[in-house]
Amino acid sequence: MAPYKFWDEEAAAAIIAEYSHLDGALLPMLHAVQEAFGFLPEAVTPMIADTLNLTRAEVHGVTTFYSDFRREPPTKHTLKLCRAEACQAAGGDALAAQAESRLGVTMGEATADRLVTLEPVYCLGLCACAPSAMLDGRVVGRLDARRLESLLAEAQE
Amino acid sequence: MNARIFIPGDAGAIAVGADEVASALIAATRGNGAAVEIIRTGSRGLYWLEPMIEIATPAGRVAYGPVAASDVDGLIASGFLDGGDHPLRLGDPNEIPWLKRQTRLSFARCGIIDPRSLDDYREHGGTSGLTRALSIGAEKTIEQIIESGLRGRGGAGFPTGIKLRTAAQTEATRKYIVCNADEGDSGTFADRMLMEGDPFLLIEGMVIAGIAVGATKGYLYIRSEYPHAIAVMDDALASARKAGLLGDKIAGSAHEFDIEIRVGAGAYVCGEETSLLESIEGKRGVVRAKPPLPAHKGLFGQPTVINNVLSLAALPFILAEGAKAYFDFGTGRSRGTMPIQLAGNIKYGGLFEAGFGLSLGELVDEIGGGTASGRPVRAVQVGGPLGAYFPPSLFDTVFDYEAFAARDGLIGHGGVVVFDGSVDMAKQARFALEFCAIESCGKCTPCRIGSSRGVELVDRIINGEEREANLVVLEDLCNTMKFGSLCALGGFTPYPVMSALNHFPEDFNAAPRAVPAG
Repeated sequence: MAPYKFWDEEAAAAIIAEYSHLDGALLPMLHAVQEAFGFLPEAVTPMIADTLNLTRAEVHGVTTFYSDFRREPPTKHTLKLCRAEACQAAGGDALAAQAESRLGVTMGEATADRLVTLEPVYCLGLCACAPSAMLDGRVVGRLDARRLESLLAEAQE
Repeated sequence: MNARIFIPGDAGAIAVGADEVASALIAATRGNGAAVEIIRTGSRGLYWLEPMIEIATPAGRVAYGPVAASDVDGLIASGFLDGGDHPLRLGDPNEIPWLKRQTRLSFARCGIIDPRSLDDYREHGGTSGLTRALSIGAEKTIEQIIESGLRGRGGAGFPTGIKLRTAAQTEATRKYIVCNADEGDSGTFADRMLMEGDPFLLIEGMVIAGIAVGATKGYLYIRSEYPHAIAVMDDALASARKAGLLGDKIAGSAHEFDIEIRVGAGAYVCGEETSLLESIEGKRGVVRAKPPLPAHKGLFGQPTVINNVLSLAALPFILAEGAKAYFDFGTGRSRGTMPIQLAGNIKYGGLFEAGFGLSLGELVDEIGGGTASGRPVRAVQVGGPLGAYFPPSLFDTVFDYEAFAARDGLIGHGGVVVFDGSVDMAKQARFALEFCAIESCGKCTPCRIGSSRGVELVDRIINGEEREANLVVLEDLCNTMKFGSLCALGGFTPYPVMSALNHFPEDFNAAPRAVPAG
């Protein structure tokens, strides 16, 4: 996974400035900040609000509306398991239960050792090779209990 | 001459090992003196055969699949670099019956060309639609699109040409073309495949739309779940700019047009057009009330044409070959071809582009080969999470907009998800409502509150609490959502719920229901 930078106000300001010329700049800006630091630290909210002439509430509202935006640092790994209908049809429910019990978390939670977050995703567009998952950006299809087991082992490294 | 090997770089193929096959091929051919050129293409869409790799031979391409990295040594030993025989050999890919039976207009090049090469695109007929649009002018371009009968492929089925004309006739200093590539419906992947396999087609389609309405700026809104598509489109846009297909003087004409990619952030509701516009503007993806229509007052308050990837990607063919050539495919008021996506528990899953008019039974049983599990098909959900569940007794339903609407369903974005007998339809109804509750933007009450109350109702029905009374309330709630919601999320969630209940009452422990005849 991408090595993230530690919080650095100057670097954040540079990223914000880089995107400020865009029309409707908020989403690209939030994506870029998150890509750099791994999450959206609270300190960026007023910085972005000032730059875009928005209220802090507006920036906060957008940050919390979209599920991609994290407000705390990510775990080392993120395992996204597709929970939508095509994957359900191909045995996805059993795989979700397997992942939850093996990691000791429920969907949407991180393990206590902060190694892995198990996230539901509603469709990766891999519906003809369902069930599917994404581990740190790597897509995996035709999952079965055995392949999921090796993904889970990899996610706990 | 180098041996040329085509390996899909499509996310679906990568998910089942295409990258590993490519690495194994490079490693295996490095030492033995064979000069090998590997070209990463899109996918042909025959996903049960992925990774399907192809070799260029003097007699044309020869396909092999599904290839695992561990098969590579054996393939090389049997002379596959010259098209040699092997148990995985599929022969000429165009002769594979599943592909041969299709009518590939929008997907004609997908899986064949190098998606990152504009030259390859041009050599395979690309940009001729744009050339024609430039030569006949904006008005005639719109006429052609109206005459083609093309309707929005995102699900609503609104005539694309009428939308273009409305925006063209609206006076403004700035207009926009927005491409909705927020393909969030489960069971659909045609937009992803097209962007990964033939990105210049979408660019050409957007440019044609831009010229037709006098727009100078396009936005391509791609969901963040599609990193491979984003990367390919990014590259293609850069090449198109360099080649003058985008910029101040499109292909040497007086037209100006450029495209910017915007990446979504995990909100399903942003596939709804007005919510998508809000998202591009940098706001919460909250649905807008209509009117005003986006064609009058859309992005940043300006006239905006917002269309799905497949609608825009159909334009180059219509312009290049003429409206009639497109109109001649299809049936009734559903003209042209529809890239249908067969998914879920299905033996032969993938992308099947065909003229409207196939029956659901042909698609699922004949083309899809039934379930992958080998058990009988019990239910098929057509049109994504907001689409109805059909039992095999309705397999005579013809794949077109009106026929599905007549049976309380929708074709949506063309996704077909197959389930076998292990499915619990009460659970699927509950999931539809739960999904709506998770993804609701919260603006209107029927969707925001109705979805949560619906989950509770289905739970009570499943638990046998006042079943008959709660079934009446559930039906009433569905009507409120259907007629009272602002957009399709709340408005269509009743389709999967009510179809599950009407066609599979036994899963709710309910008495058989009188189903309105189709």
